[in-house]
Amino acid sequence: MIRQDFPIFKKRSGSKSLVYFDNAASLQKPQAVISAVTSFYQNSYANIHRALYPLAEEATNLYENARQVVASFISADSEEIIFTKGATESINLVARSWGESNLRRGDRVVISWAEHHANIVPWLQLKEKIGIRLEYIDLRSDGSIDMKSALVKLSLPRVKLMSVTQVSNVLGIINPVDKLISLAKSKQIITLVDASQSIGHFPIDVKKLACDFLVFSGHKLGGPTGIGVLYGRKNILDKLPPFLGGGDMIESVRYNGYTPAQVPRKFEAGTPPISGAIGLAAACKYINHIGWKKISKIEKELTEKFFEGLVSHSYIRLLGNNKDKLPIFSLIIDNVHPHDAADWLGQEGIALRAGFHCAQPLHKYYNISATLRASLSFYNSKSEIDYFFKKIAALHKYFTK
Amino acid sequence: MDIWAANIMDHYRHPRNTGQIKSPDFKADGANTSCGDLISVSLSLENERISKIRFISQGCAISQAAMSILSDALIGHSINEVGAYGLDFVEKNIGIKVSDRRQNCALLGLRTIQKAISNKI
Repeated sequence: MIRQDFPIFKKRSGSKSLVYFDNAASLQKPQAVISAVTSFYQNSYANIHRALYPLAEEATNLYENARQVVASFISADSEEIIFTKGATESINLVARSWGESNLRRGDRVVISWAEHHANIVPWLQLKEKIGIRLEYIDLRSDGSIDMKSALVKLSLPRVKLMSVTQVSNVLGIINPVDKLISLAKSKQIITLVDASQSIGHFPIDVKKLACDFLVFSGHKLGGPTGIGVLYGRKNILDKLPPFLGGGDMIESVRYNGYTPAQVPRKFEAGTPPISGAIGLAAACKYINHIGWKKISKIEKELTEKFFEGLVSHSYIRLLGNNKDKLPIFSLIIDNVHPHDAADWLGQEGIALRAGFHCAQPLHKYYNISATLRASLSFYNSKSEIDYFFKKIAALHKYFTK
Repeated sequence: MDIWAANIMDHYRHPRNTGQIKSPDFKADGANTSCGDLISVSLSLENERISKIRFISQGCAISQAAMSILSDALIGHSINEVGAYGLDFVEKNIGIKVSDRRQNCALLGLRTIQKAISNKI
């Protein structure tokens, strides 16, 4: 039983067991991750890359092994993996390091309307700072990417970067990033894939995708918070200026200058999140142990089951009604504000998120004030979906009478 | 009493004092950006005391009901008194304790009224 690998569900069982439908915000932690982090602190802890004593060597090896595990998880080379605080920092690193050294006033960055704030605000900051132009690829009414609009936007003059999400955290729809990347490549546009939402749901191969950058956060994969990844193509990373300055990112420092270290350390200033990296590697191994085939099968069944529930509850509207999606559902319930629904259902043991889900422009695009989001993962069950719809029916009845 | 008590639901379904005052002494718009709740209030004064409140809003049951209840409860209060009110005052008037996660909802109306007053001053 996969669910038993997650201690939080053991502690919260009984009459009000935890129905955790907030996986798009963060995945719960398997014991394997908790144990890896605990064991590191109990048995192997020291700072890395600095001292010559054996314990420090052990810690350094654990950290660098973690990089290798994460690299092979997305089919990258380990020197192409930069550990960051999360997807947000990874995108900011690209914006500041690549963006500020490659973009000029009037250059264009293309994103889509499906982005979350982490893939909007760093570009708006560059708009303020150097006067770049930000273009949004339109979505169709079912929430999928409008490929005609993509062609139009990517064909505009001076498009230098396309930064798009593989799966929107609101819509759950799987975007055709491979097609978008080939289109961008044919126009010599640098590409960034935001895998924040896709990373825990299906395998990602950066070599096959042929993207230049890819980012994700560890915690959405079952790893700890405070660790994330920036994948960058080696020949691009080599040319980029450092992002943050400090210890560990330098080859040498003189009183009036410095020489940066080689990648990936050039981008990892200061003591990095060592336990975070070790925990993330444990999460990658855990996912591999469960297997993508099994994960896909479970999540597909959950998605189908959820769609069945929607059909029999006509007062619930789904934002982005497209079947090619992960089990992420942003809902609008007649007569019930999403906040009231999330609070009410929370008292029934169901964890959901209500609001904009860090994607305010997307809600504006569809002219919706807020939504209630149920996001499921491979440890959820069909009986939890039944319970959810039963409680929603009671809620709707109370608010409608 | 819980937050779905009858009086809350009654004010949510049938909010009192909706609309706007044509030439108000104070007015302001407020929003909870994290959840999309919006509110627009206008107030009239007589002898430095609130004599009339009208509001237009969209939002959850708590923010709507709290605003509706306050639109009656604040009549006759001085602007200095209103400026000093906080969560305690709202809870006393709506008749329930508000959980931490719903405080922004419960306070949206009061904060917007306070904003209207301070805009003027």
